[in-house]
Amino acid sequence: MKTMNITLVGVGGQGTLLTSDILAKTAALAGLDVKKSEIHGMAQRGGSVISQVRFGDEVHSPIVHDGASDLLVSFERMEALRWRHLLAPAGRCLINNIDLIPITVSSGQQPAVTDLQERLEAEFPDAIFLDAISIATEIGNQRCMNMVLAGAISNLTPFSTELWQETMKNRIPAKMLELNLEAFRRGRALTTPAAG
Amino acid sequence: MSNEMFLSANEAVAYAAYSAGCKVASAYPGTPSTEIFETLASFSGTINCEWAVNEKVAMEVAIGGSMAGARSLCAMKHVGLNVALDPLMTYTFVGALGGLVIVIADDPGIHSSQNEQDSRVLARFARVPLFEPSNSQEAFDMMLEAYELSERFQVPCVVRLTTRTSHTSTKVDVGTDFGPGGVALKPYVKDIARNVAAPMFARLMRVKVRQRTEELRAYSSSETTVNRIEEGDCSLGIITASIAYEYVKDVFGEFSILKLGMSNPFPTELVRRFAAEVERVLVIEELDPVMEEQVRAMGIEVIEHKIELDMMELNPGRLLALRAEILGDVEIPAVHRADAGLPSRPPVLCSGCSHRGLFYVLSKLKATVTGDIGCYTLGAFAPLSAIDSVICMGASIGNAFGMEKAGHKNRLCAVIGDSTFFHSGYTGIQNVLYNGGSVTTIVLDNRITGMTGHQVNPGSGKTLSGAVAPITDIGAVARAMGYQRVESVDAFDIERMEEVLKAELDSDQPSVVIIKGPCRISAGLMQAGTFAVDATKCKACGACFKLGCPAIVRGETTAVGKRFQATIDPVQCSGCGFCVQVCRFDAISRIR
Repeated sequence: MKTMNITLVGVGGQGTLLTSDILAKTAALAGLDVKKSEIHGMAQRGGSVISQVRFGDEVHSPIVHDGASDLLVSFERMEALRWRHLLAPAGRCLINNIDLIPITVSSGQQPAVTDLQERLEAEFPDAIFLDAISIATEIGNQRCMNMVLAGAISNLTPFSTELWQETMKNRIPAKMLELNLEAFRRGRALTTPAAG
Repeated sequence: MSNEMFLSANEAVAYAAYSAGCKVASAYPGTPSTEIFETLASFSGTINCEWAVNEKVAMEVAIGGSMAGARSLCAMKHVGLNVALDPLMTYTFVGALGGLVIVIADDPGIHSSQNEQDSRVLARFARVPLFEPSNSQEAFDMMLEAYELSERFQVPCVVRLTTRTSHTSTKVDVGTDFGPGGVALKPYVKDIARNVAAPMFARLMRVKVRQRTEELRAYSSSETTVNRIEEGDCSLGIITASIAYEYVKDVFGEFSILKLGMSNPFPTELVRRFAAEVERVLVIEELDPVMEEQVRAMGIEVIEHKIELDMMELNPGRLLALRAEILGDVEIPAVHRADAGLPSRPPVLCSGCSHRGLFYVLSKLKATVTGDIGCYTLGAFAPLSAIDSVICMGASIGNAFGMEKAGHKNRLCAVIGDSTFFHSGYTGIQNVLYNGGSVTTIVLDNRITGMTGHQVNPGSGKTLSGAVAPITDIGAVARAMGYQRVESVDAFDIERMEEVLKAELDSDQPSVVIIKGPCRISAGLMQAGTFAVDATKCKACGACFKLGCPAIVRGETTAVGKRFQATIDPVQCSGCGFCVQVCRFDAISRIR
């Protein structure tokens, strides 16, 4: 298959790393070559974070150049704009409807973006906006927001629900598993499978 | 048959050390190398692995293991090697007995460091073999080869990772026989001429090192399989190594490639052979032109280009631009950016961080603050803006003393974390005391190494393998040195901190002030409570915004519209109560 490039962006502490790990391991389970690259360290403390997953028959570089990401998943609204340049012309975008106000705004050093939704809709006319946090709250734990997003992502990958769930079983502690599987199922219902 | 796993290069290094029969392992945490020893700890039943107090000690412990005949490991980030270079520069003369592998993780692009430097230069400087894996499988395989090579040539070996390889996971076949490598100790024999680097012996060692280097060069040229020519279109030949190889495969994949997994000693014969096979030679490497300069020194012509590759992290985009310049056969895709005017999102001290109160106080006291390396470096950023300088581990204390000697008149103090104090703070405070300084050294004592992801240290009461350890009392250490003024203050008591610091900063006696408060994450206090602002009482004075707490968010504007009331995000608030202490209008109270 042609190599697929997926970029996950968000804010430190939102669970992007677990999501990209499950995505990458699912690709590995499917027998594909896969690389997952992430930056941690200082950015973990509420900073902007990014991880990239590439899978296909043979993958060399773990990261892609600007304009080459087939799917951009933003765990926070504003971060989608920050990483817009990574998205391929025909790429798809999932945006989680949550705002985390950066300290630069809450402390008054930099102005807030007042027309965020308009800018997002202009930049990503086909974006799917997701209320992952509401769903996670409904299920009973906000921390499984990332698995709602994983579910939404799963439809846009060539991997079956069963394969995803198998990875989740290996990766998530048993007592949290059922909750996370439910989050995944709810997320998967939010998107439609990729064409072809 | 394969035994396939999905590992980062850091994890692969740990798996390989276990598989190679490593027995003694010592490291100091540092991004991006930390996960090597966190992974190694899961093998602590067979490997003696530890967090050393600093990289120099880690290197010395690993050297001791090697001298006693055991396969040994130490790991550190690039700047750690600066600290550990002294023992390495002489053990390379002495030569390894048990295999010694030193894993260095560079940070091209400065993702989480104070500088950018290329450790390959130091591997050359130390005249040791240098392995540069491009992915996790290679990290695993090269570790095994490095141990073999170290014992065969009696030389310490360096395996160099970078942030990108350290934190990229790829498939790794660890072998169906994966298990604890049962390598017997090399017999230790007391041999003064071999192990004592005194001048009369060191001169002999020096000659042997030159001879060894040439033998290793022959190995890197014609014996190792990690240096290989991948034949392709020979109108262009690219010499590359490390992660740059993976980018080259994506961007210049059809051309001949000389892939160097072992780039020091530089395999001159192999390079000459490759250069003769191709029409033009291009060298693509991340950071310094280490290989390129050696190729040029051999008299081989190398393609010159305007695109600069000699600093910051490489990526496929930069190579694409290079290809456009050299070959002119690719279009650079138009980059569509949409981040104009977006507020930046820098890392920030966590909600409830025990360091926050100190910086609020120091900011208020308008003190000159020399800072150090750790989470608390974030105290330099607005709105706290409390730190004047940050250089390297432990530098805060000497820096403050030097400023005092220069005649700097303002209130002056050094701020250092507990782990950094254990790393290299002792000598600094000793020097202030001995040489008659008046510097106040403030130790932010949260009993954990926070920034790298909560590793234990001599203040934690536990070791890497989970054993109970004695707890070092920093105040007792200062008193034992001869400090007369040693204070300990609760990190969450702003009023008391201000009182003590005013007294100590204005005193002409040196002092040590220990600010005690647990790291909120490692103590499991991130959901310890929630505060809320009473909008009828909030006067929009902005005092709480000065704390720089991510949970305190701008709310409604006042009638005149110039100032903002505060609100508290209940999800982010961890209930530390700093904001209650700085609010003069009683507008903030605990709701949970």
